[in-house]
Amino acid sequence: MTPHFGLPEFGFLLRGLQWTVLLTLVAFAGGCTAGLAIALLRTCGHKGVEWITRIYIGVFQGTPLLLQLFVVYYGLALTGLKLDAFVAVAIGFTVNASAFLGEIWRGAIQAVPRGQTEAAMALGLHYSSRMRDIVLPQAIRISLPATIGYLVQLIKGTSLAAIVGFIELARAGQIVSNQTFQPLLVFGVVGAMYFILCWPLSWWGSRMEARLALASQR
Amino acid sequence: MQDQILIEMKGVQKWYGGYQALRNVDLTVRKGEKIVVCGPSGSGKSTLIRCINRLEAIQQGSIVVNGHRLDDSIKAIDVVRQDVGMVFQSFNLFPHMTVLQNCTLAPIRARRVSKTEAEAIARKYLERVRIGDQAEKYPAQLSGGQQQRVAIARALCMQPKVMLFDEPTSALDPEMVKEVLDTMIGLANDGMTMICVTHEMGFARQVADRVIFMAEGQIIEEGAPDAFFRNPKHARTRQFLGEILAHH
Repeated sequence: MTPHFGLPEFGFLLRGLQWTVLLTLVAFAGGCTAGLAIALLRTCGHKGVEWITRIYIGVFQGTPLLLQLFVVYYGLALTGLKLDAFVAVAIGFTVNASAFLGEIWRGAIQAVPRGQTEAAMALGLHYSSRMRDIVLPQAIRISLPATIGYLVQLIKGTSLAAIVGFIELARAGQIVSNQTFQPLLVFGVVGAMYFILCWPLSWWGSRMEARLALASQR
Repeated sequence: MQDQILIEMKGVQKWYGGYQALRNVDLTVRKGEKIVVCGPSGSGKSTLIRCINRLEAIQQGSIVVNGHRLDDSIKAIDVVRQDVGMVFQSFNLFPHMTVLQNCTLAPIRARRVSKTEAEAIARKYLERVRIGDQAEKYPAQLSGGQQQRVAIARALCMQPKVMLFDEPTSALDPEMVKEVLDTMIGLANDGMTMICVTHEMGFARQVADRVIFMAEGQIIEEGAPDAFFRNPKHARTRQFLGEILAHH
């Protein structure tokens, strides 16, 4: 007897959704923190440090995320470091997100007019105050649409975590679909869940973008 | 103390890669002096004043500001920037802060003044540039002339000993030039030491103690405005003055 898609199956999908959200939040928070450090190092003015961060960004943007997840999950296991699937994918996504967010924010920091930094220097403000009070508040505003866009990509991208056996929303959908033989219905529900998560963010992002475009016209 | 030397540049040389922007520049500025620097674009006049507060590094020579020798150390740069205020061609106000916040940030962060005291100082200088009623607005809500006056007030809030002006009226619509020049004249009359890069020759005649003419990174000629305008010694100066005064 094959079970039909009912409440227990829906509940299973909801738990998958929870893991997707949790993974996204952890990866985004970690990616933001590390990405900020990457962006600051990438623009610090020290040639050597800028090169190292450029290589870091290049490696993580230039290789498949799937490969990076394999390396963290299976590669680290070979060195004797056996990680829980969630911890492994959280690390993988965090590192990957830090490279992408670092690059987005590097661009935003450099998009803040040079005159802003010069005025701050002329006023005797130090690097920490110049960044915290002058450059970053403006850079964050500039980067907001791209950052939200990346967050949406990240939510959908977490489905890759299924590959190392982590049961998030997409993997949960696959399991339920295999049990019920109702792929259209199950994946329809899964798709709707992703959509409810992503669409408001996309909408917010494009509204931000329109607002920024309006502000820069003034 | 009228003769106290505030800025002393000796044998200053500056290159951008292979291009030499300043050639062996000597300049002494005494307390209370008002100096106007003019010259064709690319003559190094902006570079000259940007070296004084170390927005540009020099490769040779020495700069002493208020007794402090400017070198590459953060401490020396700090000390000098505390004494030197600067006003830019493009205002460079912080767009995400109100006028008042623009004026209080540096005193609070760099001088460790309390917020209350910083605001009192800021309001005093905003009054002085006749813009006290706009303190809560954002820069984008002000006209160019008003923005530049805020920039002047912002620099004054750090209570500098010298003010540098880098073509402060060049980005302004013609009808707003006067309000900014009037503010600068007021500052000059109050005894502020000033170095102004500007093409406003009327301003130079009215307030300058000395006019300096630069070309190709060198100081070609300097003198009191009367003599400078009436009787320029160098052909290059005459040519420049001819070009610029033809428009006035």
